[in-house]
Amino acid sequence: MDDQPSIPLKDESISIPEITISENKLGEFPWWFVGLILIAIWASFFIFSKENYREAFLFIIVGIKFTIVTSLTAYVIATILGLFAGLGRISRNVVINNLATLYIELIRGIPMLVLIFFIAFVGVPIAVDFLNKIGVLLLSLGLTSTGKFLTNLHNQAIAMNVRAIIALAVTYGAFLAEIFRAGIQSIGKGQMEASRSLGMSYKQAMQFVILPQAIRNVLPALGNDFVAMVKDSSLVSVLAVRDITQVARLYAGRSFRFREAYVTLTVLYLIMTLALSMLVRYIEKRLRKNERT
Amino acid sequence: MNAPDNIIEIKNLHKHFGHVKALNGVNINIQRGKVVVIIGPSGSGKSTLLRCINYLEIPTKGEIWIDGELLTNDQKHLNEIRAEIGMVFQLFNLFPHLTALENITLAQKVVRRRSSEEAKEIALKQLRRVGIPEKADVYPGQLSGGQQQRVAIARALAMNPKIMLFDEPTSALDPEMIKEVLDVMLDLAREGMTMVCVSHEMGFARSAADEIIFIDEGLIVEQTTPAELFTNPKEERTKLFLSQILHH
Repeated sequence: MDDQPSIPLKDESISIPEITISENKLGEFPWWFVGLILIAIWASFFIFSKENYREAFLFIIVGIKFTIVTSLTAYVIATILGLFAGLGRISRNVVINNLATLYIELIRGIPMLVLIFFIAFVGVPIAVDFLNKIGVLLLSLGLTSTGKFLTNLHNQAIAMNVRAIIALAVTYGAFLAEIFRAGIQSIGKGQMEASRSLGMSYKQAMQFVILPQAIRNVLPALGNDFVAMVKDSSLVSVLAVRDITQVARLYAGRSFRFREAYVTLTVLYLIMTLALSMLVRYIEKRLRKNERT
Repeated sequence: MNAPDNIIEIKNLHKHFGHVKALNGVNINIQRGKVVVIIGPSGSGKSTLLRCINYLEIPTKGEIWIDGELLTNDQKHLNEIRAEIGMVFQLFNLFPHLTALENITLAQKVVRRRSSEEAKEIALKQLRRVGIPEKADVYPGQLSGGQQQRVAIARALAMNPKIMLFDEPTSALDPEMIKEVLDVMLDLAREGMTMVCVSHEMGFARSAADEIIFIDEGLIVEQTTPAELFTNPKEERTKLFLSQILHH
């Protein structure tokens, strides 16, 4: 279709004057955020000044490494999964497009807690069975080393720690896919046309032109989902892995100090998510400052 | 079958968008080194025609031959041919995350496989040609419309295309910036570049075009020299269109 000749409209007469009243700025200040930080500081002080709390803290803090490592690893895998699923969602290839959509809709239709049980106790065993069968096939084809490795792969060899990471990654991959898809679709189609008209392939255009812009646009959303994942990582405690939630439950069960255990646990999550949110806000602000459009 | 001097041959080109028939059997031959300006009312199919030449729109029916090669859906072949056809868009379509220089070097590096130094050298040469070498390290967002369009032209030229397509290159510009872009296009025409332009700039058409094609309702109504078209249009529709755009 023909483009309508676009005439840059300049209707300065109807532009709304900027309202800059000092009260307005005061209202915009994130007081709630200051409140959150104060609560975190007060709670930390509380924990360190009481013997019982200090004991609970020292017991529970051991789990923080697991929580951080699990969240980070799962997030990196989820980003890769999400990027490819997001690209699949906008692919014009019917098979790829439908597979990506199936994955995303399937994951989004199941509660995360149920998904974690399912992936850990059903998904992983099925995958191991499948790999065993591939191993047998490879052995019959004469690829002995890989074949042997795959046939000998045992369900129990995959630790709950690893299953927790797989479960979180597969779940969040579907969420991140929608973020990537939205980011890519936010880039005007002229960018793809300009790239293709210069002789770039679809892949090159994505890699050098579309994705750098798209990812920049969705960076805040990606950061927010990382914060969300740190919180949701508490769900993997149902797999009896030693993340801070599970360790806090253990402490509570052993010492019967439920209050100390769960106050400490709550504060630890709050501190982690607050620190991460501040980081995301900082990055967002810097991006906005460098905006070049 | 293909005469050697025809760099573009369009045969019985049809393009339908659902029920809308944008092109209804267009035949055009364009000789190497000629400047062809396509004019026509809004919605006449002129942009669609231009976009079919490098397969940004895939024709519903018909054939496009570029320098003796038939365009097909074979993506690899298509990428090779597109590298030989520069295109300039109405809305510039510069890459906003790259500087002017990087805009010009990117495709040289990934498509033409030139080294960074070579690509940079060529980019600077093209920026000098379009008159803004001092803007090399500036991002598109900080350039005026006219400057952006000149970077876009430099970006296309850096690929050493055989053909340049212009899709209403001045329609989105403020009036005072139109001349700087047209000057670059005029220079290019004088240097013997094969150019196909969809444009409303009748002054440019008059002084640079070897041929003017008037399109309406997806068909070529008249194809002649600018002198002939402006002074002695044959078709009623051409007369009507010219009277609308020339005497307002």
